[in-house]
Amino acid sequence: MLEVRNIDVAYGDVQVIWDVSFRVGQGEIVAMIGANGAGKSTIMRTVSGVLRPGKGQILLAGEPIHTVEPYTLIEKGLAHVPEARRLFPEMSVEENLDMGSLRGRARKERARTKERVFSIFPRLSERRRQASGTLSGGEQQMLAIGRGLMALPRLIMFDEPSLGLAPILVQDIFNVIRTVRDEGMTVLIVEQNVRQTLALCDRAYVLENGRITQEGAGADLLRDPHVKAAYLGV
Amino acid sequence: MWVQAEVFLQTLVAGILLGGLYALIGIGMTLILGVMKIINLTHGQLMMVAMYIAFWLFTLFGIDPYVSLLIAPPLMFAFGMLIQKALVNPVLRVESILPHNQVILTVGIGLVLQNVATILFTSDYRSTPVDYASTAFYLSDLWAGTPVEISLSLPWAVSFLLSVVITVLLWFFLAHTDTGKSIRATAQDKDAALIMGVNVGLMRVITFGLGSALVACAGCLFIPIYYLFPALGSQFTLIAFVITILGGLGSTLGAILGGLILGVFESMTATYVGMGWAPVGRFVIFVAALVFLPGGVASLLKTRKLSK
Repeated sequence: MLEVRNIDVAYGDVQVIWDVSFRVGQGEIVAMIGANGAGKSTIMRTVSGVLRPGKGQILLAGEPIHTVEPYTLIEKGLAHVPEARRLFPEMSVEENLDMGSLRGRARKERARTKERVFSIFPRLSERRRQASGTLSGGEQQMLAIGRGLMALPRLIMFDEPSLGLAPILVQDIFNVIRTVRDEGMTVLIVEQNVRQTLALCDRAYVLENGRITQEGAGADLLRDPHVKAAYLGV
Repeated sequence: MWVQAEVFLQTLVAGILLGGLYALIGIGMTLILGVMKIINLTHGQLMMVAMYIAFWLFTLFGIDPYVSLLIAPPLMFAFGMLIQKALVNPVLRVESILPHNQVILTVGIGLVLQNVATILFTSDYRSTPVDYASTAFYLSDLWAGTPVEISLSLPWAVSFLLSVVITVLLWFFLAHTDTGKSIRATAQDKDAALIMGVNVGLMRVITFGLGSALVACAGCLFIPIYYLFPALGSQFTLIAFVITILGGLGSTLGAILGGLILGVFESMTATYVGMGWAPVGRFVIFVAALVFLPGGVASLLKTRKLSK
């Protein structure tokens, strides 16, 4: 579904991603774990076109996407639930959801998808006219995910969906991600919440200082001595 | 006693009518500020250009300035888009020591427009002598026994009503169409909008066009009741700037209230202090807003919403 080949990414003169390659197969949940500043979000932002790779290629279903206009990616089936939610704070819950379905088929299906999102997150339905900036952190994350789902994506990328949430909410969010995959979407997730993420995903990559240092099945990485020592604190 | 009340009410009415037109000027600048994060210091000059369009259409073809509302704003929409595409965008792309190159650019565009207008049209004062210019309604026509007499000039009333209609249409566009929502989304979070599939570059161009079209509407509404000369632009740029600060940078509702406040305040200053003091009133309220209400009217609206 998604194939990233040997990308370098830099902010001005400072290179932060070095020769990173990974792939996400159809229907998989693939995780990328790593410490603060390892470059996880940078990779996400590069895939979704906000940043451009200095070299390398990014292919979505075999088609290069690092050269196309970033605003067309959502139509190609790539949705991005960005770090720190990045909602439109002065727009209502419903308007935020509308923003997720601006193009293509998603626009025609808007009303139906919206009802589905409201059935996944009933809390959002209760607050549909409220400005999104006034929601609680958990509700904002639900809305960010809902907004991503509105695009009817083939691949959905979650950047730190558990950031700043209470443990019980984290469990809810992870359950939603599982549901999303069961409905046929492919998932790429970036997380610092390593234990739960590795338990959730099919495969994972470990990113350290802008380079991929390890990869494997989630369950295998959970038992890996290096991962245990560096990320699980045992 | 009644005489004083009459003067006060008449001043208030005049202020509100003026404020409605000011609001329209302020909204255009506020929209551009919201999306582009720059103060468009050529706003008044764009209005001046629109007024010349309306003036020449009237003088050469006898087209009523209110009919020019259908001609001048679309032209200025295209002109605004061209400015954004050909001049502002290239400057945005250049990284420079001065972070506000675009603002300086807009000042330059304003100077060019003003001087080109002077060369082409001379600096004579012009106006459109429409035949309904001095028509007015009187309160005593409706209510014979009224203790206070208030008059309402026809062109002022029509201009005010049209500016309300245009504002409502704009509100509908921003609140209920995908393009309008995309413009608001771009103003609130540019990167997130991009991820959602908003063509951010196109939204910038449309917004500059829309802001120009709005101030062009204001120009068409102003010309039947005002006069026109090339340097008039800078005066209205300042007015738009004051309204934008007063309204709270980037808030449309704030700009409407800011426009009304400024209109009433100027009208009151003109009546109770002296005709020539109205521009001073403008500066007083500007400084007062910066000192006592730095967030503008929008900050008051926000506190009320939160405490509810």
